[in-house]
Amino acid sequence: MINIYEVSETNQMIMRDNLDVRTITLGISLLDCIDPDLDRLNEKIYSKITETAKDLVPVGERIERELGIPIVNKRISVTPIALIGAAACRNPKDFVSIAKTLDRAAEKVGVNFLGGYSALVSKGMTPADEMLIESIPEALKVTEKVCSSVNLGSTRTGLNMDAIYLMGKIIKKTAEETADRDSLGCAKLVVFCNAPDDNPFMAGAFHGVTEADKIINVGVSGPGVVKAALEKIRDENFEVLCETVKKTAFKVTRVGQLVARKASEMLGIPFGIVDLSLAPTPAVGDSVADILCEMGLEKAGAPGTTAALALLNDQVKKGGVMASSYVGGLSGAFIPVSEDQGMIDAAECGALTLEKLEAMTCVCSVGLDMIAVPGDTKASTISGIIADEAAIGMVNQKTTAVRIIPVCGKTVGDTVEFGGLLGHAPVMPVNTYDCSRFVSRGGRIPAPIHSFKN
Amino acid sequence: MEKTIITVVGKDRVGIIAAVCTFLAENKVNILDISQTITGGFFNMMMITDITGSDKDFGEICDGLDKVGEELGMQIKMQKEDIFDAMHRL
Repeated sequence: MINIYEVSETNQMIMRDNLDVRTITLGISLLDCIDPDLDRLNEKIYSKITETAKDLVPVGERIERELGIPIVNKRISVTPIALIGAAACRNPKDFVSIAKTLDRAAEKVGVNFLGGYSALVSKGMTPADEMLIESIPEALKVTEKVCSSVNLGSTRTGLNMDAIYLMGKIIKKTAEETADRDSLGCAKLVVFCNAPDDNPFMAGAFHGVTEADKIINVGVSGPGVVKAALEKIRDENFEVLCETVKKTAFKVTRVGQLVARKASEMLGIPFGIVDLSLAPTPAVGDSVADILCEMGLEKAGAPGTTAALALLNDQVKKGGVMASSYVGGLSGAFIPVSEDQGMIDAAECGALTLEKLEAMTCVCSVGLDMIAVPGDTKASTISGIIADEAAIGMVNQKTTAVRIIPVCGKTVGDTVEFGGLLGHAPVMPVNTYDCSRFVSRGGRIPAPIHSFKN
Repeated sequence: MEKTIITVVGKDRVGIIAAVCTFLAENKVNILDISQTITGGFFNMMMITDITGSDKDFGEICDGLDKVGEELGMQIKMQKEDIFDAMHRL
């Protein structure tokens, strides 16, 4: 039988160390909504989402109450809209009408974000993909809850440099369209290499075409829990350090698995995956950077940071994999700057630079995330940053991403306030040497040799 | 059987167990096990209970326990046993 020490350990994790379930994300396929008539398409999308997800928020709240653990977000991901709108949309404005429908549906069911305003263009763009991409700045301006993502490359296909070049301009335009809100639109836009089909985390969640009609994916969290566990073994050797991270990740993931199973049963929707990510928040004590410091670094970004992060990422996976029957999504440690107080501090004091962050993305779960850069950063420079990050993903057969915010009217030394879970960030300096001749060459970078495994 | 775990945490005083047990008896909640410690003047109790026989549902019992907690100046929390089983049992 459960004893008092086990009960208080769990409850301390929840109350003191910010253990929570970060998100229950309901993936909904919109493939059966496809229609050549735009109005009918919008109607079908609205009714499918509002019907399928009507119980999502109440069920999430019920599980929260029964288990006594916060479930911070309830979200929806849908099939990439470039595919769904291809038959009906004649121009980018038509796509924006779908974005508005998605926003209304998200509002109706009470979720905080809906992901899937997306295009998958790792090898080439259809006219619909191009129209959707062109519509992103306007779509993110006129909606609140819609998140957008574009997959620009993969290990199997190489990098679509035309799309990477275009996305540099689109990110700039999105920043300008939402200039009155510190370019917030860019916080809801992410570009990927090797994007997973079942990621429950925003802004990059979409419901891949390989998925079932509807599915429940759960993202766990718990940097504070890992940090608290490491405080107890300060100065022990690496073996003890790794074992402690692994055991903690196991416990955290078991809760995620339980929540996923319960949500799946109550909603009558199959369970997809648990995403093992350590997802920080701006709350004090809920920081991945603090874990790195607890391991023995003065600040995140100090020499040794990449090794410490590699260790953390690997042990989280090793502990988590056994705790869940299906693991997927991004699964690893997130290193967003604005959403992690320790990362913000490190960036502000100069310990953490964009270049060091790029190195860290080789071993973390995703990539350059929630990084504010000067508003006058050139579109081609952003394309260059995306190309570098995508190349890391392509060659290392991992997911990489860029969510960068060129904040209009701000420069190095300024701070940007996004609010809520998106946090705040110092504007970081960018290498200003030009790369426009490189990124504008046109065409594709071929897949790397080690992708040919057949 | 629908097993739940009730935890009561706060500054020690007279009548904590009596108040909680009275509420549970009134609501037909069966107590299966109680363990309790006091560290540094702080009272920490855990009860394993079965709410199958109660006329009230899980949420109503939680609300009732919240009220008892307020009156006692203690934090009282009821959770389903599943979360502890998931975390601590293979």
